[in-house]
Parts: sequence; C-alpha cells; structure tokens
Amino acid sequence: MAPATPGTGGLTAATDLDEYLERLGRKGLLRFITCGSVDDGKSTLIGRLLYESQLIYEDQLAALEADSRKVGTRGEEIDFALLVDGLSAEREQGITIDVAYRFFATDRRKFIVADTPGHEQYTRNMVTGASTADLAVILVDARKGVLVQTRRHSYLVSLLGIRRVVLAINKMDLVGHDEATFRAIEADYRAFAARIGLTEIVAIPVSAVHGDNIIARSAAMSWYEGPALLEHLEAVPVDGDDRHQPFRMPVQWVNRPNQDFRGFAGQVASGTVRPGDRLRVLPSGRDSTVLRIVTADGDLPCAIVGQSVTIVLATEVDISRGDVLTAYDAPLEVANQFEATVVWMHESPLLQGRQYLLKSATRTVSATVAPIKYKVNVNTLDHVPAERLELNDIGICELEFDRPVAFAPYAENRTLGGFILIDRLTNDTVGAGLLHFALRRSQNIHWQALDVDRRVRAAQKHQRGCVLWLTGLSGAGKSTIANLIDKRLVAEGRHTYLLDGDNVRHGLNKDLGFTDQDRVENIRRVAEVAKLMADAGLITLVSFISPFRSERRMARELMVAGEFLEVWVDVPLAVAEARDPKGLYRKARRGELSNFTGIDSPYESPEAPEIRIDTTVLAPDQAAEQIVEALRQAGLLAPPP
Amino acid sequence: MSAETSPSRLSHLQRLEAESIHILREVVAECGRPVMLYSIGKDSAVMLRLAQKAFHPAPPPFPLLHVDTTWKFRAMYALRDQVARESGMKLIVHVNQEGLAQGISPVTHGSQVHTDVMKTQGLKQALDLHGFDAAFGGARRDEEKSRAKERVFSFRSAAHRWDPKRQRPELWSLYNARKLRGESLRVFPLSNWTEFDVWQYIHLEQISIVPLYFAAERPVVERAGTLVMVDDDRLPLAPGERPVMRRVRFRTLGCYPLTGAIESDAATVPDILREMLLSRNSERQGRLIDHDGAGSMEQKKLEGYF
Repeated sequence: MAPATPGTGGLTAATDLDEYLERLGRKGLLRFITCGSVDDGKSTLIGRLLYESQLIYEDQLAALEADSRKVGTRGEEIDFALLVDGLSAEREQGITIDVAYRFFATDRRKFIVADTPGHEQYTRNMVTGASTADLAVILVDARKGVLVQTRRHSYLVSLLGIRRVVLAINKMDLVGHDEATFRAIEADYRAFAARIGLTEIVAIPVSAVHGDNIIARSAAMSWYEGPALLEHLEAVPVDGDDRHQPFRMPVQWVNRPNQDFRGFAGQVASGTVRPGDRLRVLPSGRDSTVLRIVTADGDLPCAIVGQSVTIVLATEVDISRGDVLTAYDAPLEVANQFEATVVWMHESPLLQGRQYLLKSATRTVSATVAPIKYKVNVNTLDHVPAERLELNDIGICELEFDRPVAFAPYAENRTLGGFILIDRLTNDTVGAGLLHFALRRSQNIHWQALDVDRRVRAAQKHQRGCVLWLTGLSGAGKSTIANLIDKRLVAEGRHTYLLDGDNVRHGLNKDLGFTDQDRVENIRRVAEVAKLMADAGLITLVSFISPFRSERRMARELMVAGEFLEVWVDVPLAVAEARDPKGLYRKARRGELSNFTGIDSPYESPEAPEIRIDTTVLAPDQAAEQIVEALRQAGLLAPPP
Repeated sequence: MSAETSPSRLSHLQRLEAESIHILREVVAECGRPVMLYSIGKDSAVMLRLAQKAFHPAPPPFPLLHVDTTWKFRAMYALRDQVARESGMKLIVHVNQEGLAQGISPVTHGSQVHTDVMKTQGLKQALDLHGFDAAFGGARRDEEKSRAKERVFSFRSAAHRWDPKRQRPELWSLYNARKLRGESLRVFPLSNWTEFDVWQYIHLEQISIVPLYFAAERPVVERAGTLVMVDDDRLPLAPGERPVMRRVRFRTLGCYPLTGAIESDAATVPDILREMLLSRNSERQGRLIDHDGAGSMEQKKLEGYF
C-alpha cells in the first residue's frame, strides 16, 4: 500500500535518470521486522515512518483522515495505525493479527518491513516475519519497560539468527522524556539480551505518535546523542556476506527441453561458482565439473549467492530435485537423525512418534519426532520436560528422517538448515524448525543387507508375508474376527501370527496409556513389529482400534506395496455401545475411563480401506471367510512370484 | 540483469528477480497443472518475462490464461495477441458466457456486479474447466492494504475461497505447495515488488507494454472527477456529455469504463519513472473498483477475486 517510490532528493531535471537508478540499485535492501507487545505502538511507528518520509500519497492521506474520524482511536488526530492494519477483522479488534509486509524507500536504501503481531498466541507470525529479516526493531512502552512478550520476541529473534536489534523505547512523551527511565530500561534489556546472545543492540528513545527521533533527532530529548531510527536503518550494514562461504545450491528443477540440454536449476544458497569448478552431488557423493552457467541473459562467468541460475555439468550424473550441488572439497554432512529446534504453529499439538512431512530447501521427506528433549520457557529460558508441543511452544527435539539428506546447521546457512513441518492429512504447515547437528548414531548405524531376504523366507512358507490390519471401535468384533481368520489359515497350513491390542499392551506396550501421544506410540511399535513379522514371511493379523488415520497410514507406508490390507470392522457407535462386551463403554460414560475412543477420543474412519466389514449385516464367521477370500484374490496365499 | 558483469553483490532488482524465478520454479516442480494469469498489464508483462527467464532455454511449461470481460481497451487485445504469437506459449481466452448472455456490463451493472460475474466467476469457471491447480497472478503486496498480508502461495479451498485464518505460515523461501484434490493455489511471484520496481525493470529489460501507459491525446469524458476514455461506441454518453481530447495516460489498466486516466506528459518509460518520483497519487486511485466501500478488496478476495 505505501508507495515505495524513493525520495526525490537525488534527482533533478538535469540528472541523468539511468545514473540515478544505477546509484539507487547499489544501495541495497534492508529487511526488518517490528515486534513488541500489544499496544506498544508498532503499527503507529510504521505508519509514522511512512508519513514522516513523505511516503503517503495524497489520496491515501485523504482516506486515512476519513478512516481516522470513523474508527480511529485518536479523536480528530490522524491514527497512523490505520495505515497498516489491513484486514477488517483486526480493525474492529484494534490489533494486528497477521504478518503484513510494507515497502518504502529513501535515497539511501529500500526497505521491506514485516509488521508482526504482539499477542502471545501469534508467535508463529512473529517467527514467520523474523525468518527473512536482517534486523529487528523491538518496541517497548517506556511506562511498562521490558515485559514477558519482549523477552519472548527477543528470544525468537536470536533463535532465528538475527544479530542486529534496535530497542525502540516508545511513548517517551508519556514519561516526560526522562533520560533515567530510558537508561534503566536499556540496562534491563541488555542484561537479558546478553543471555540469549544478542549483543549488537542500539537503543533509541522515541515517540511514534509525535514523530520524535523517528526521522530526525528530537529537540525534546536533547540528552540523546545517537541516531534517529530512520538514520540508523539507512546506515546499518546488511548482515551476512555468504559469498566467501563454500558453494552450495539445492537443485530445484531439472531443465530438459530436449535431448541436447540438461541443466540443473536452482538458487545459489552460499558461495560462488564458475565454469570449470569441480562439484560434488549430495547425498549420492558423485562428482562432476561445471561446464556452463546458463541464464536467459547469456552464460555467466560466475554466479554468486542469491542468484537463480541453471548449471550444466560436463558429465552425465544422475541428479534430481532435492539433491544439493556443493564445492568438491567442502561438501556438506549427510545424515538422517538430527537435533533440531521446533516451533509449533498449529492448534493440534505435535505428537512424538507421529510422522510429518518435512520440507527443507527443495527436498520433502518424512520425519518423526522422537523424542522431545525439552521445551524452552521463553520467559525464564528454563528447560521444561514435555511429551508434546502445543501451539507456540518451542522444543528441542530429535528428528528422524526416512532417508539421509545433505544439510548445514541453521547457524551456518538458513536455506540448508531451516525447515517446515507439514501435516500429512490436512497439508497445513504446522511447524517450523532449525537443524542444529546430526546425531552421531545416524552416521554410524548402516542398514545391514542380509543374504536371506524376505522373498526367500516367504517362498519357504509357500505364501507371501503380509499385514492384515483390522481397525474399528472397541466392541466392533475385531478380535473375534481376527481369531477366526487365524484359525482358518492355520487349518489351511499357513504360517500366521496375531497381534492383539489388549495382549500387546500387557507386554511390549505396558508402559503406554491412552493419551493421544501414547496411542501414536502404541501403533508405531506395533507397526514396526508387524513389519518384521511380514518380512519373516508371516501372514500377520493386527487387531487394534488404531483410531487415527495418520498412524494407520504410517503403518501402511512401512510395508511393501500390496502387502498391507486395511480392514475396517465397521459398526455404529450405538451398536458397539449396546454390545459392550467388556463393560468399557459403561465405565467411560460414568467418567471412570478417560480418552475412550468414540466417547471422548475420536475415531477417524478409514477413507479407502481394502476391505470394509459391516458387522450389522455379516456374522463374524462370514466376515472371516470374506477376508480370507480377499487374501487369496490378492495373491497372498501363493508363493511369491 | 546483464550477463556481462559478475556482481560482487546483487542489486535490489537482481534480488527480486532471483526470488521470483525461485517461486516460479517451485510451482512447476510441485504442482501438476499450473497456469499463468495474463491480464495484459505491466505486471503481467514483467511476470511473463520472469517466467521466460526461469525456464530458459525451455519455454515456460504452462499456458497463459486471459479471463476476458470483453470490455478491455482495444490496444490491450492487440498486445495480448502479439505476446501470444511471440512467446510461443499457448494462450487460453475465457469469457463467462452466462454473464455475456445476461448482458452483464460495467455500464449497466456497475463495477461490483460486472467484476464479480465477468472476472471472479469467469476466473473460477476457467480454473475448474481446465483443472488448473496453481495460478500465477501479478498482484503485489504494495498495492493495497489487504494485499500486504497476502502469502506468496495463497491457499484456496475447492470452492476457490480465500480464508484469511487458514493461510499457511511462510518462512524463509520455503513454500508449502501441497493440497488435496480440488484445492488450489494462487501464487504471486511479484509479491515483494513495488510499482517503482516494476517500472524500473520494464525500463532495464525493455519490455513491451500497452501504449496506453504512455501519454497521448485521447478522447475522454470526466465523471465524478475521474477521466474515462471513450475507447469505442459502447460507452453511453449523458445528455450534453461530449468526449474531449486530453493528453492522458493510464497507471493501471482494466475494463475501460472502470479505469481512470491521469493527465500526464510522460510519453516514455523514463518519463514515467521521473513522473513517479514526483507523483502524489497512489496507483490504485484510478481503479474505481477499490472505492466500493471499506474493506472492499478484502471482500472480493474472500469471494475468489484475485
């Protein structure tokens, strides 16, 4: 909304336009975030920055004056916050509820500001804004000093690798422009900041409402000798010169328009590359030499960090999206287990043991959190034990990927160390995180290839190892049916095993309860056991309520395609409750059992089971017969091909 | 953008260009059927140039889609057809035939109904008809308040609704392009560009744009302080109203009866850049559509307008 037309100071009718634009281009871009608590005056500060640098057009000013009279909070005066509060919902609530990006420019620099909200529950937005920022402006109300949220935001700023901070102590007019107040808050803040590794702090006393020390130094605070806010933002060096780091480029897309051209497109994440450079491809470890750096504007003699290019190699190497090209003599580490910080951004909590999709650079993998080491109390920086992460929690976790990837610690490279977590069912972005280091065990444990493989084991038994996964409400008849199937198969001379929910909970899983967290772990262990049994060539029957789609999917993905049959033993809740063979529904209704599936814990029905058994129509014996027939149809009762 | 120099540090525009190319490639790598919305304006022109750069030496691996309201300036149709010929890309032109049959026009139904039926509904029809799962648009965050909060990858429900509460957090340059069948993405590669950046890029790259952006003598009528160009004989004139020749140009282009001209002498791109450095009116002022009421752009977005 704010026009980002640069100021006109450098341009006169006589100036050559191209020369002027060229000079402007060299000045670079500063991306910064503003953060602080509710009512610290962030929106007012940004509105004031735009207004004072004369970056608000006349028609916008007219609209602003009209809006100020209608919904403003400052009577007849202009309410600058209205300039930046975009969505109607937040105008009504009088708070900013999402990240908004603002653009402005002066003769010295172009700026992109992420305006991030102060409400505690919106930490995810603040992390979002901070992820692309070079500098943070942290606002503090001079009357209130450093608050809980100030600490939280500062911690996040430091976590996301922003080193430069402006502490803008606002509303100085309301404390009589008092220097002692300013100094006390500054000292308080510096003490906290030092503990979290923030050292490059510039404190500025301002009054956003009146414009003091925003553009020019204020006469009301002659005791302050530092720069005004905008002066400082124009002069501060932009962070990070990654040109001298080793070359890294995640491959984004393989460009193959015809037989004669094969290029690897991507954006350089660090360093420099030239034709003739020897590169290593990770995780495969193969190597080749750069032949050309192709762009639509002609081949380049050199590409640097930040550029989007297409690299052609001298030899044919198998490379696909997600691989990383690196300098030959400075490759990245490759691993599949990590220690990482996770910021949880969704209303449904992060559960240990559940699989999420993880996207880092151009690669998406399956990742499991196991275990959460601790949560960080961002106010005290204390470590708190945790089994799950709720919305806005920050946890230090161990992550396990389903395959090895090339990575860099976040502190070294944001692109190769930052990641987002995606829910496998809803596709929502549910978390974000930073990889710190690879766990040593992942480097040392290699998959042991065995000479007697699963095919040999199955052939010996004249069948194929597989998993029949029976899911359904308690009392649906899963165990009864599984038992009948087991008996039929054994009678036919088949080799089987039955894993029953109740029985497994007496042994392997006796340490687990019935919280969502424990249910996920319960299923994970059973799925892993079932997988081993299927590998051994056994027809493995699993009879578990297994209420969550996500875990059933995880189990399915562990198995070989075609050797996992999901059987939904379907029964209406009312029927199961009427049967109540173990008296559990009555107990749950009386409140003596909590987290009981169907009563106070959800059952997520299968969406595409291989077999659905309607137990209101089929007797258990008929059901068993139908399932054995399905096994036969699927070719699982014959030796492997 | 020049290939001769190997910069030691990227300029502001080089950073923006590299970021946009990254976004375009992410969509092609992760989505099944992308399409680029081509509205013939200056932003579309820049977006198309970026797409050509992103996939060079291959042509952009998606078609262009123009949702035609049938009320664009004649000069716009001329440029559109020229661009389709020169780019070698497939151009799909979609007109909401139901709206056309009902005789919906900006003149008789006003901007709100016309935009909803011909643009918003027309766009949804076209996306459904071709099964596109991602559509590139040229919108920028600096254009309007509600757009300042728009994601680069904007998630839309199967009914094309934009739910401000369900937008995904976007961190670093990591975009989540996953969606269920029927859901789609609107992707804005120019999110971080400003109007000035767009003009500067057009200047540097010498991109062809509709001549209406340049000042010339044109027949206009003045209505409620807005100069409306009489582009053909479909614009009914009030009794006594007579088009007069004025030296005008357009800062944005849409349906001609809904787009206001400004008086200007800027006849070249450098003239426009100079004019902007001194201008005191914002870009969307010439768009009658934004003045329908407080939060009107936000309302249109909820309904599926770009």
